[in-house]
Amino acid sequence: MAASAKRRRGWRKRLGALARFTGALVIVGGLYSAFSPSLYAQESEANAIDSEAVKGQELYDTSCITCHGDNGEGVEGRGPSLIGVGSAAVEFQVNTGRMPMAAQGAQAPSTNYPVFTEEEAAWLGAYIEYLGGGAGTPDDLDAMVEDADVAAGGELYRVNCSSCHGYAGGGGALSSGAHAPSLEGVSNDEIYQAMLTGPQNMPVFADNELTPEQKAELIAYVQYLVNEDRDPGGVFTLGRFGPATEGLAIFLVGMTALLLTTLWIAGKS
Amino acid sequence: MKRRKGTSDSLLTKAGGELDDRFKLALPARILFNKVFPDHWSFLLGEIALFSFILLLLSGTFLALFFEPSMVEVTYNGVYVPLQGVEMSQAYHSALDLSFEVRGGLFMRQLHHWSTLLFMASILVHMLRIFFTGAFRAPRETNWMIGIVLFWLGFFEGFFGYSLPDDGLSGTGLRIMEGMTESIPFIGPWASAALFGGQFPGTSVISMLYIIHVFVFPLLILALITVHIGLVFAQKHTQWPGPGRTEHNVVGFRMFPNYVMKQVGFMLFIWGVLGAMAGLFQINPIWLFGPYEVSVVSSASQPDFYVMYLDGLIRLFPAWELRIPPYFTLPPVFWPGIVGMGLSVMLPLLYPALERRFTKDRGHHNLLQRPRDNAGRTSLGVMVVVFWIIGVISGGNDVFAEQFDISLNAMTWAGRIGLVVMPIIAYYVTYRICLGLQQHDREVLAHGLETGILMRDPNGRFYEVHQPLAEPDEHGHTELEYNGWVVPKKMNRIGALPPADKGFFKSIEEPSEDGRAERRDEIESGKH
Repeated sequence: MAASAKRRRGWRKRLGALARFTGALVIVGGLYSAFSPSLYAQESEANAIDSEAVKGQELYDTSCITCHGDNGEGVEGRGPSLIGVGSAAVEFQVNTGRMPMAAQGAQAPSTNYPVFTEEEAAWLGAYIEYLGGGAGTPDDLDAMVEDADVAAGGELYRVNCSSCHGYAGGGGALSSGAHAPSLEGVSNDEIYQAMLTGPQNMPVFADNELTPEQKAELIAYVQYLVNEDRDPGGVFTLGRFGPATEGLAIFLVGMTALLLTTLWIAGKS
Repeated sequence: MKRRKGTSDSLLTKAGGELDDRFKLALPARILFNKVFPDHWSFLLGEIALFSFILLLLSGTFLALFFEPSMVEVTYNGVYVPLQGVEMSQAYHSALDLSFEVRGGLFMRQLHHWSTLLFMASILVHMLRIFFTGAFRAPRETNWMIGIVLFWLGFFEGFFGYSLPDDGLSGTGLRIMEGMTESIPFIGPWASAALFGGQFPGTSVISMLYIIHVFVFPLLILALITVHIGLVFAQKHTQWPGPGRTEHNVVGFRMFPNYVMKQVGFMLFIWGVLGAMAGLFQINPIWLFGPYEVSVVSSASQPDFYVMYLDGLIRLFPAWELRIPPYFTLPPVFWPGIVGMGLSVMLPLLYPALERRFTKDRGHHNLLQRPRDNAGRTSLGVMVVVFWIIGVISGGNDVFAEQFDISLNAMTWAGRIGLVVMPIIAYYVTYRICLGLQQHDREVLAHGLETGILMRDPNGRFYEVHQPLAEPDEHGHTELEYNGWVVPKKMNRIGALPPADKGFFKSIEEPSEDGRAERRDEIESGKH
């Protein structure tokens, strides 16, 4: 009897401890969910992997995982983590052929021969977005660029971009073998994505530095610069490199032609 | 019908007589027309500079009609869409209007710029010719110095012109000039403030440079060119050594009609080349640079090529700042910028005097030297050329790095090391080449021409048949003096083979078939 009462008391004691523990958990959990950022609450919803991201994961696991690691966590000395870079960065790198990278070097050069189709790049983007969120590309960018003020874009370009890409968008050298590429033949989306995500050596121009409207103006200017009839000065633009190639031209064309002329004139008597 | 009396000839004579009666023209005109100029292609290089300068005056006058040298801020309302509504200086606005809205304006702007580049390039090439042939020696040291001064006047005149449109590149160039001026110890900041009327960029520098660019410097250049050519007239042109040519005569063509015709033809050719370049090659597209703003510096901002070597030296110079706190800071740009430029002015100016001092050659020289015959001077010249070229390439090292996929850091270090090492190597290599060429000249004079005909004598020895240039002694040697001119090195130069083809682009004369066999017999009789 005494033994059974003792056992029952022990059982009740344990039951009470469980109840207190559950109560404490409920209070702590309730407080936590009341004060924690809403992001986490939403995450479970967004975290549901969709079919595009699944396809993206398949591509990722065959083509990217070597350098960027499991689940985009990055591999020391090979490739950075992709958590939080967003679909804009992925689509930019993949659609311009920069990724997958052929070899480690000073810079991942644009190849113009992307390994994946734009659709596949979008899947990869979806997967990376699933892993850690991040910035995307606006859908109505082309319309925004259409309406943008080219001259305002020009001022933005000269202040923000020309120091690396050059006044004519031809690109320029950076330190240690890296370079700012030419902007010739680059699509609206790619310019937008590059500004937003800062690929390789390029700084990030987030929306609080250049608003999406300003980005559209900039894109409008760049497209005007490289696509419109922009060289009224002659058939040969000398690459629009400025005085360096002009100096070369005066010796190779002007001086050479006239030296031949001196030989010709002096020879005639 | 009454026949007109006399021919046009006698009419000219009559007109000439009337003119001479009034203005006493016959004697000076005769002296001028009969003036003799030696004929050689390398004597035509200075003319390229002269005729492009004339074109610079003409095209510059056109530009001055439309350009407004004012730094007043205005809003662009012209036809170039990407700048509409942008704030800019009146100078840049008018330069844009000149390019887009004045008929022929862009062509004239490009013509002016290409002429500038050709002017400076031909001065350099002309200067090399004078230097390597020793044409600067007494009595022509003064004219050499005038030439150097002309180069530096052209250098600054070009730089000021580059600065006038007030575009992004202009302002960047002026900014660098400001930095260089400020780096001069003690007076720098005051000099810079005087130049820009206070803080850079100020509101006055364009209008000030404009007057210097369109009036002061052109006048100085024109005056010095006149003296330069006048001295060539007075001292008579130098000539190459050769048959009949001595220190005391000039062998060549008379001014009229031969020389004048050549000069007019050459002038038109130069203008034609410049016109073609101005129409075909876009230069200095200021609408792409945008208006100058202090915060905007584009990559690939270069000065024109004649300033580029200084820019290169500045890019290569290490960041060695001399600091004596709290009073004094000497920025690194002082060494390549101010000291470098100062040396580039003074060393060429003093070179004739230095050479006189070191060679103790006090004589007058009207005959030129072949570059190989003065190996020391030639090697020194090549040394300077190599230094200059490395400077120029380094001035554009970002463009090179980008286009040829080289690391910019590697370009900079290659420039730094190259600037020290390459001129020394160039000196040595040139010296050896000169000695080798001298030796071969002497060898040909002593042994005769190489004929390419190999003979074998009865005991099996092979030897090449040489064509002696004079009657050989019993060893087959000739005692000929080197006269400072081309020694024939090929058989056809002395008629041992049928004459060389004539004509510039295609042969106008077939080599004679008969002569060959007959003359070859002669060669074979002259052993070794």
